Amino acid sequence: MKYLKKLSAVFLTVTAIFTGPALAYGPAGTPDDWPPPMPDDMKFGMFLIDRAEATFADGEDAYVWDAQGWYGGDYNRAWLKTEGEGVQGKSPEDAEVQLLYARMVRPFWDLQFGLRQDFRPQPQRTHAVLGLQGVVPYEFDVALALFLSNTGTLTARAEFEYELLLTQRLILQPRLEVNATANDDAEIGLRRGLNSSELGFRLRYEVVRKIAPYVGLSWLQQYGATGNATVAEGGDASTLSLVAGLRLWF
Amino acid sequence: MKKNPSAAERRRFLKLLGSAGAMALLSPFMPAWARPMNVGTQRLPPEGEPQIFNLDIRQQSLAIAGGTGNAVTIDGGIPGPLLEWQEGREVILNVTNHMRDSTSIHWHGILLPFEMDGVPGVTFKGIDPGTTFQYRFPVRQSGTYWYHSHSGLQEQSGAYGPLVIQPRAADPVAYDRDYVVMLSDWTFEDPHKVLRNLKGMSDYYNFQQVTVAEMLAANDGMSFAEATRMKLAWDRMRMMPSDIADVTGATYSYLMNGAHPAANWTGLFKPGERVRLRFINAAAMTYFNVRIPGLPLTVVAADGQNVQPVTTDEFQIGVAETYDVIVQPSADQAFTIMAESMDRSGFAAGTLAPRQGMQAAVPPLRKPPRLTMTDMGMDMSAMNMPGMEDKQVAAMPGMPAMDHAKMSGVDHSKMSGMAGMDHSQMKGMGGIGDMEGMDGMSASVGPVTAKHGPDTHGIGNISVADVQRDRLGEPGTGLESEPHRVLVYNDLLRLADDFDPRPPEREIELHLTGHMERYMWSFDGKQFHEVDGPIEFRHNERLRLILVNDTMMNHPIHLHGMWMELENGHGEHIPLKHTINLKPAARVSALITPIDKGRWAFHCHLLYHMEMGMFRVVRVS
Repeated sequence: MKYLKKLSAVFLTVTAIFTGPALAYGPAGTPDDWPPPMPDDMKFGMFLIDRAEATFADGEDAYVWDAQGWYGGDYNRAWLKTEGEGVQGKSPEDAEVQLLYARMVRPFWDLQFGLRQDFRPQPQRTHAVLGLQGVVPYEFDVALALFLSNTGTLTARAEFEYELLLTQRLILQPRLEVNATANDDAEIGLRRGLNSSELGFRLRYEVVRKIAPYVGLSWLQQYGATGNATVAEGGDASTLSLVAGLRLWF
Repeated sequence: MKKNPSAAERRRFLKLLGSAGAMALLSPFMPAWARPMNVGTQRLPPEGEPQIFNLDIRQQSLAIAGGTGNAVTIDGGIPGPLLEWQEGREVILNVTNHMRDSTSIHWHGILLPFEMDGVPGVTFKGIDPGTTFQYRFPVRQSGTYWYHSHSGLQEQSGAYGPLVIQPRAADPVAYDRDYVVMLSDWTFEDPHKVLRNLKGMSDYYNFQQVTVAEMLAANDGMSFAEATRMKLAWDRMRMMPSDIADVTGATYSYLMNGAHPAANWTGLFKPGERVRLRFINAAAMTYFNVRIPGLPLTVVAADGQNVQPVTTDEFQIGVAETYDVIVQPSADQAFTIMAESMDRSGFAAGTLAPRQGMQAAVPPLRKPPRLTMTDMGMDMSAMNMPGMEDKQVAAMPGMPAMDHAKMSGVDHSKMSGMAGMDHSQMKGMGGIGDMEGMDGMSASVGPVTAKHGPDTHGIGNISVADVQRDRLGEPGTGLESEPHRVLVYNDLLRLADDFDPRPPEREIELHLTGHMERYMWSFDGKQFHEVDGPIEFRHNERLRLILVNDTMMNHPIHLHGMWMELENGHGEHIPLKHTINLKPAARVSALITPIDKGRWAFHCHLLYHMEMGMFRVVRVS
């Protein structure tokens, strides 16, 4: 039935091309050369820099960025995501960019797939991405993703965010990120198992909706083999940082 | 810390009022193009000749609301000129487009040949830049109406004006003075930017959300624990009880006859005179609560059509509706015409006074209203909380348990797969069989009249009104517990004895749907571009149109070219409406006799809802 409808639409369009526009009708039932009365299928976009921050911890001050944007219609969108981090004054240790196609599959859920390129660490990795992004009841923003790299390593990442309005403009954002790996990628120091989690609390003030400076705390914890390796290198498996940054959207 | 824009606006206004040099300061608010809104001043051509009007539409910089904005004007001002037609005459309107974009004028509420209705893409191609379109049709009705551009977002930029049609026969309403009071909303932002902001974040303009500070202050009469339970209940639904208006006083200035409150539009009267006020809501997105402290309001017409006079103290006017009101001030004093936005983030105001320059106190804005579980279309009888008022229902502790029982798996542990994620559909939340228990809960909530079927209208819709109510006896959102009289739809009875007694041959049911988070709006889950043709009406048939509001918001639904006779239980005296407001979870029906053949627009009159898909075409053939 659906195919029949589609076929007939194609047929009507083709007929219209040969017989003039008067035969084809859109949702308004008007000739095709009339403008549509409503532009309700127009495309929009936004770009959100959720975190652009300096972090301060014992002995190591770092920087972090985390941004994402979309462009498209209501059901189909292109997404660009980027995140990374490094020690202050130095080039980033981790830097990735994702380009995804997203399709709305449930009222609050986008299914996403595409590519992720890790520019750092070296050597670079390219991943296929399968993700799910949306809002669960209780208004938690959730992003779940599986990454399969060009070396055959499967990793997973889960991110949860919540916005608690203390006042109309003072907003507390708790955030949890968990990373895990299914198999080793020794060359870049990726080890099997639960790798790390970041639990953050960021308090922002929306000067205007689109500009919000924030301060907060971030607790990074590494686990298992990943944590052991860090400790072996003289690092710390657990880091508590003070963060300060700017949240922006366009 | 809290910066309430409406409060800021109010302070600014009060400062202006209080300062010694108030008049000098007021001048930037009173623009040079300010129009008289006295009705009955236009001269008619000789009998048998058409009335001819020439209207020019321009994009221009305009002094408005205390600033200078980029406006779309009709004859150089906002609103456009007051047009007075006479019933039984022919009118000719030559509309010239001086802009670079296409434009149009739609005659809101007017019965006419559809080619003259002025909806680009439905009834004609629009008025191209540099061209003049001639509208020409006989006037078959009388009353208070308005006109506006139906192109893009031009209406938000000021392309609207009042329209009054004098009756052929003697007016059943007696009055000494006659004024138009046109309410509207103005923003200095580009309306397209407003839309982009809403698309990026649907609560972009909402600075009246539930906050922890408010919950701690407990000024709703709820303990912090209750307030927390209430917040969690709404959070679970991924909805906000503060979702009253999408665009607010955070960006809007509210105007009365084009004047900011500080400019104080004034209508003069002599004590003892009967004054007719023709309220027209020409706002793009704003409902207003209208009252004149100290004066009872006798409503004599709704949507241009005479009604049996009914006296009230306040009424809520939906976008695109009109109400004619008679007031009779006997004291030699000023009275404030107060038009508070439904979300109470701002207001328009003016004055009725015996002399220019007088002013009465402007009442403070009342507390922002919150939506209730009734608005969500949930069955409160299942909650077993007798004696609880509707307002507090949202806080009821029984709520989470009930919800868990009915919704399929939504916990985080199941997030890995798609199964169990379809929790947009909050169906089956209790039966309607046990409604007897409702009476004790709140006298103001209307009876349940239907339950929602299994169709949840696809992924472009996030909620359904599981329990649908007849809410025509309820005051407007936020006016439920006012101590004074508030007009409800059930108060409206048509004056004339012209009812079409034929029973409806068929029913058409449409659901108002949407996705607040993505700012998608639709009927039956389909945005306009997703449907494959018009809704078919048959010429001269008698049909019943049933509308169900599955969303959390009020929507003013407008049908072009024919009356909707609102079935509010008054038999042969049900009122005629061109625009019907649907409260959340309301089920409303209207009888229709389509007289004029052709294509007619049918849509939500919230401008950005219409633009984002809550629009259909009705074809009468």
